Amino acid sequence: MAVTIQRAKVGWKRLPLSSNYAVAYAVKDLDVDVIAAYPITPQTTVVEKISEFIANGELNAEMIHVESEHSALSATIAASAAGARAFTATASQGLELMHEILHIASGLRLPVVMSVATRALSAPISIWNDYSDLMNARDTSWITIIASTAQEVYDSVVQAFKIAEDPEVMLPVIVAYDGYIMSHTYEPVLVPENNEPILKYAPKNYNRIKLDPERPVTMGTLASPEWYYEFKYQQVAAMEKALDKAREADKLFAEYFGRGYGLVEEYMTSDADIVLVAYGGLFGTIKEAIDMMRQNGVRVGGLRIRLWRPFPAEEVKNALKNAKLVVVIDKAISYGARIAGPVALEVMSAFYHDAERPSILSIIAGIGQRRITEETIKEIVDYSRKLLERGRIPNESLYWGVRGVRYE
Amino acid sequence: MSKPVAKKAFRLLTQIPREELFAPGHGLCAGCTAGTIVRHLLKVAGKNTILVNATGCVEVSTSPYPYTSWKIPWLHLAFENASAAASGVEAAIKVLQRKGVIDPNKKINIIVLGGDGGTYDIGFQSLSGMLERGHNVMYVLYDNEAYMNTGIQRSGSTPQYAWTTTTPAGKVWRGERRPKKPIADIIAAHRIPYVATANPAYPLDMLNKFKRGLEVEGPSFVHVIQPCPTGWRFDPRYGIKVARLATETGMWINWELDHGEFDVTVPVARRKHVKHYLRMQGRFRHLTDEEIEEIQKWVDQEVERINKLVGRQVIGPVEE
Repeated sequence: MAVTIQRAKVGWKRLPLSSNYAVAYAVKDLDVDVIAAYPITPQTTVVEKISEFIANGELNAEMIHVESEHSALSATIAASAAGARAFTATASQGLELMHEILHIASGLRLPVVMSVATRALSAPISIWNDYSDLMNARDTSWITIIASTAQEVYDSVVQAFKIAEDPEVMLPVIVAYDGYIMSHTYEPVLVPENNEPILKYAPKNYNRIKLDPERPVTMGTLASPEWYYEFKYQQVAAMEKALDKAREADKLFAEYFGRGYGLVEEYMTSDADIVLVAYGGLFGTIKEAIDMMRQNGVRVGGLRIRLWRPFPAEEVKNALKNAKLVVVIDKAISYGARIAGPVALEVMSAFYHDAERPSILSIIAGIGQRRITEETIKEIVDYSRKLLERGRIPNESLYWGVRGVRYE
Repeated sequence: MSKPVAKKAFRLLTQIPREELFAPGHGLCAGCTAGTIVRHLLKVAGKNTILVNATGCVEVSTSPYPYTSWKIPWLHLAFENASAAASGVEAAIKVLQRKGVIDPNKKINIIVLGGDGGTYDIGFQSLSGMLERGHNVMYVLYDNEAYMNTGIQRSGSTPQYAWTTTTPAGKVWRGERRPKKPIADIIAAHRIPYVATANPAYPLDMLNKFKRGLEVEGPSFVHVIQPCPTGWRFDPRYGIKVARLATETGMWINWELDHGEFDVTVPVARRKHVKHYLRMQGRFRHLTDEEIEEIQKWVDQEVERINKLVGRQVIGPVEE
């Protein structure tokens, strides 16, 4: 392969960036052609920073200041249909308003990328973090990456275009991260001195099928029962392919730039009796808590789901196979389900056909940014150990940290 | 704004391009005048055109996979967002031309085609946004005055007293209860370079308006009346006749607002009574003579307003 160590050639600069700004820098370095976005907290500073780049001539792009998120995604995917590399960003109510177009983006196989600074949903209105918005987009055929640091946000947006635009994938990608907890906190981030290596890793392809008067195509047709199912099955196949492609993209990224993440992140899982499964910025807190508990001899580990869709079941199972108890912490609720954590359900379903499988406990926490500290994690682990001793794992989600509900 | 000299390109039917970019075999109803409008629109626009279609009659009947009636690049996303989609296409072409990916000297027309539901109602927000942002897009509204694609439900465009399946004429209701929303006036209030109303019974006037809409810099809007045999309840052979009567009775006035200059492009020296238009259509079958006279009064008032705007009598009195 032609990927002989590029690492030395990349000059990096270290900047203090919020995850929102990290997105904007990635968009600039990827030479995105069209951005259409509508302001919503806590996404706004993504678009503000991109606007600055365009205003200063650092990014040669068209910014469409649309009148809603519905139009934001519509304009973004239409720009992609016309051949441009296109991007948008949103959160919460904005993602909900886009919902109809989420399906159209993937159905038309348009390789756009969107960042989501995840946020709780109305009502009551909350501008604070949880993952209800993202989890509502679960079944829309968008490849979904959930990052846990600002550096990973930058790197994931770069990887996202690489995966989306792969001719064997051609599906849109969401890069998500915690609203506020990550979108508005600053971390050191390495960004390249110039964007050449980024474009070498994720080159633009203007020769894909597009709205071109020289070669006219009809996009967005009507499909009868004779044909509709085949269109949808092709998305299923593309999603399957995307799993390999996401793996490859991350591996190649590591070869180019010396940073790789995998589809899941394991932390001290090999000898752990209890493994905490989580996603997003919470994993940083979990790692801290694991370090603290390990000092006291508690054999606990962590697993972070980085790629949410397509779900990397093999990696997840491999990381959890030795655990006695898996505790999945979800920051979203599937109302009316006994197991109400979307990721918990996914982990359970991955193990369903196996005779040997760990016990799995579903915890709901951090809803509307209800605080989760290292102490909270320790309390959850203490309680989980009690359940293990009692030998009875509840077959329903536990609502951790809500008034009036106590688990003893 | 100074008004560039508008050249009337089409003075004779023989000047209409022979090239057909709208293929036959589509599924529009027999006698549907939308096909007539679209066919002529593409003749004016030519090959270097991208068309964005809102969900509606034309969209569903011209794109049943694996067939298409479109010999130009065509995009359909959804019902309410055609203008947002066109904004995205226009921005993409602009930046790709700037970057030399697309030949910057090549003029690519971008057109939105939407029905009245997709324009007056569900698509109005994205349309207003597109106009306000000044995208170089021509919006063509084919107006059949109800949601025909879903089976004749009223829209913001349905004229007062018209029967639809959701405004039936019964003991309490007399059909639609509200007057037609003046969409072209509302579009004109956006102060875009060019707004016009057109009628397929006057093809040269309609074609010249499409051409003008495409040549101005910035957004333009052409509102075309589109008689619907299925929803308006008339014999399919009479589509153009009904369309012509709309103008001959003054119920539909062909005007244009070009960089602030208003003119009526199809003067009518002597008007026909509205009953000639209304009595041809089953959707007005329940109307009493009094109700028809009431409609005549509204039309008289509108004609008076238009004549005042133009500053001379472009639409004459009722003669028969």
